[in-house]
This record gives sequence, C-alpha cells and structure tokens, in this order.
Amino acid sequence: MSFLLNCLTNTKHPLSKPITQPAISIQLLSMQKSLVSITDYSKEEMLRILDYAAEFEKNPNQHILDGKVVATLFFEPSTRTRLSFETAVNRLGGRIIGFSDASTSSSSKGETLKDTIKMVSNYADLIVMRHPLEGAARYASEVAKVPVINAGDGSNQHPTQTLLDLYSIRKTQERLTDLNIYMVGDLKYGRTVHSLLMAMAHFKPTFHFIAPDELKMPNEYKQFCDEQNIPYFEHKELNENINEADILYMTRVQRERFTDLMEYEKVKNVYTLKSKMLENTRNNLRILHPLPRVTEIDYDVDDSEKAYYFDQAQNGLYVRQAVISCSLGLL
Amino acid sequence: MSKTENKQVKIVAAIKDGTVIDRIPSDKLFKVASILHIEELSNQITVGNNLESQELGTKGIIKVSDKFFSDKDINKIALIAPNAKLNVIRDYVVVEKKTLKLPSVLEDIVKCGNPNCITNHEPMMTRFHVEDNHTLTLRCQYCERVMSGDEVKIL
Ligand SMILES: [Zn+2]
Repeated sequence: MSFLLNCLTNTKHPLSKPITQPAISIQLLSMQKSLVSITDYSKEEMLRILDYAAEFEKNPNQHILDGKVVATLFFEPSTRTRLSFETAVNRLGGRIIGFSDASTSSSSKGETLKDTIKMVSNYADLIVMRHPLEGAARYASEVAKVPVINAGDGSNQHPTQTLLDLYSIRKTQERLTDLNIYMVGDLKYGRTVHSLLMAMAHFKPTFHFIAPDELKMPNEYKQFCDEQNIPYFEHKELNENINEADILYMTRVQRERFTDLMEYEKVKNVYTLKSKMLENTRNNLRILHPLPRVTEIDYDVDDSEKAYYFDQAQNGLYVRQAVISCSLGLL
Repeated sequence: MSKTENKQVKIVAAIKDGTVIDRIPSDKLFKVASILHIEELSNQITVGNNLESQELGTKGIIKVSDKFFSDKDINKIALIAPNAKLNVIRDYVVVEKKTLKLPSVLEDIVKCGNPNCITNHEPMMTRFHVEDNHTLTLRCQYCERVMSGDEVKIL
C-alpha cells in the first residue's frame, strides 16, 4: 500500500498515466515480477510494456532507478544484449554489478547456479541473466529473492527480444491486429520466431512461414495456430510470394543446423533477401531481423525505407527500460 | 473382472497383505517391475505374465506381500501402464482399488530428455506438466520442451 501511495503522490514521476489513474497502478503492482518467458505476460501486460516503452522513447533519460542495483549475469557472452540492458539501466540512473563471461564468474569454479543466484540476490534489486542452458532463468527466478529478467536461456526464450519485435511492429504499422506476418529462414530452431508467433497470436495475425524442409516451423506451433484459429501458409521459396506482407521477419540460416552441407549451400542463397524482391511489395512493408545477420539480407536492402532492422535493435533499449522498471514495481 | 481372469488371478497365489498390480500389458510388465525396483525388495513377490485377458489379450500381474507403494511410485506406473489396476490387500481382502491417474504435475519422477536442460546440470528436482493425459504429452517446466512419455526417462 505504501508503494501505491508513493506512486500516486510522487510528482516527479516521469510517466503521467499511472499517477492520474489509480486503477492502473493497482494492476501494475502485479507486474513486480520476473520475466522468463513471453507467456509470463498477458496481452494487457505486453501492451502496457509497449506503452511505457513509447514514453521512454520520447525521453530515455529518467532517474527512476536511483539507488537501485541491477545485476547483469552473462554466463555466456552476448555483447549486443548486455550493452542494451546496461544502457537501459544507466539511462534510468541505476547501478550495475555483474559479469559478462562465465569464465570470470564463480560458476567456472564449479559453483551451482543456485548458489550464484542466492549470493547475487543478496546484493542486487533485480537480476538480468543470460545462460547457455535452457530453463536456467526459470530456475533462477524460483531461487532468487528478487525478480529475474531472462536475457536468453539457450535456445529457449528471450522475451525482451519478442517485446521489442512487437514494439517495432506496432510502431511501423501503427497497429498490431490483422497483419500479414511473414517469417523467413530457420523456423525450426529460431526461438525468436516461436516467441513472436506466441505473442502475435493475441492480435489476429495471418502467418506465412517460408523455410526449407529441414527448417520448417515445428508441428507444435502449427497446431497452436490451428487451435487459435490463426490462418497460416507454408512456402519453400522466398520470391514474389512476399508481396502481401506487412512484416517480413528474417532469421539466420545457420550452417551447423544442416546434416547435409550441400543442402546448406543451396538453401543459403535461396533465402537471401535482395532489393529487387521488394519492387512489388506493400508500401507499409517493414523488414525485421533479430541481428546479427550474415548473408540473409543483401547490403543493398539496407538503403530501402522498408529496412527496419537497425531501428528495431534500438527499440530494444526502450522496451528494456520498461521491463526493468515494471519488474521492480516502479511503474 | 471376468471369470477366466478371476481364475487367472487365483493361479497366481493370493496374498494376505500387500499390493496387487493387475492388467499390466504383457510388453510393459518388466518395465513396471523395474521402475518399482522390486528386485531390491526382500518381500515375497509373485510375477505372472502372458496370462489370458479378455480386454488386453494377454496381461501381466505383480503381487508384492507386505508392501504398500507410495503415491509417487504409483504415479510412475501410470506413465507406462496407465490402465493397470492397483489393489491394496489386507487380510486377503481388497481394501482399496486404486485407479492409476497421472497427476497434472510430475515432480522428480522423470528426467528431461533435453540434454541442454538446466535440470540435467544442476542438483535440482525436475517438474513436468502433463499437457495431455491420453497421448502422454509432457512439458518441462524449465526448458519448456514438449515431449512424449517415451522421450523421457523415469527416475
Ligand atoms: Zn527440460
């Protein structure tokens, strides 16, 4: 209750909405929680994060994390994600502790994940972690005294990536509902496309899956679409069948996924987006990619106004500012 | 229980106190025996297999004297032979008939089939959510993978 009062009376509070609408503040108390998997958030919670992210985009420098310590525990290196989270904390005035590589952490001395998390949750108000093993963040959220934000657990989840994808889609299309979402490349192992599919399911999408046989969208997700009455179409080739797309979500086709390397060589070039393929596409089409890219988008696409992947990465900052603040119960 | 089955049960001697696990599909009998670790028990045990069964064609049966299995063990049987019947016997009388039923959550009963799952690397309990009772579809609480009953190892 004292928190709520604080939220309502704090005139320096950067975001006007919760101050004027106490009902929302009460709901928001429930968002003081970990974010491990995108399904941990309801549709309403996701939308609220996107609204806050839009506020942070207008004004990214705010002192709402004054006096807070955020631990960034990177049990495997991921410079891109770590810098984005740490920038988010810094721009909100918080402090950072942590490590960027497991070889410098106590886990290299054989300490269990549980012990590391227990120790860190004595020091920090929030843990942001990346780990090579699937389920590590869920387990950490169960043993930690403080909220945990999953910044990637093996090939399982990376929910802030999904939220920044949603943010980018909403920002470029000015809506989330009734969109034609085309997913291209590695749809079998690509965790970003699976999470995006689950998140977009709330917004009446039509999906098109473009992938080689080896990397097709798993049945589990197609079944999910059937259950939710979400139409989807499968294609093997990336060509003029993208003309109806609103969003083209490109992913990396990784060499190590192929048992037959000849097949990889063949497929690699078939799934490269070239600027001439965009000639008859919709004006509102935007191309997204979780980055880093290798060969799947030609450099000549970068100059197209439909290329959005660099702005998409920047949106990650605002979305992470919103997730961090909500996880700490500060919004 | 049909007449022939009734006779069959009698073929495998009656026990005074203990547990009878009946209607085990013949091809699952030794698997059930192994997950219950009955080879480690010093109790009197009778095992019958390929007995006539109207429902199953043939069936297996396990009787263990003076042994009453925990719910955790019973749940394990449900993973392999969900239609088996478990009777608790006291003084030659069936005092309880237990229908095997998979609980909605399996705690520390099966090992995750995903080698990259945290549960296979940390000293911790596994937790699976039963998504579908009939097809035996399980979802690991940690790595979130969906697997079928045959893809997991019983602990
Ligand atoms: Zn698992």
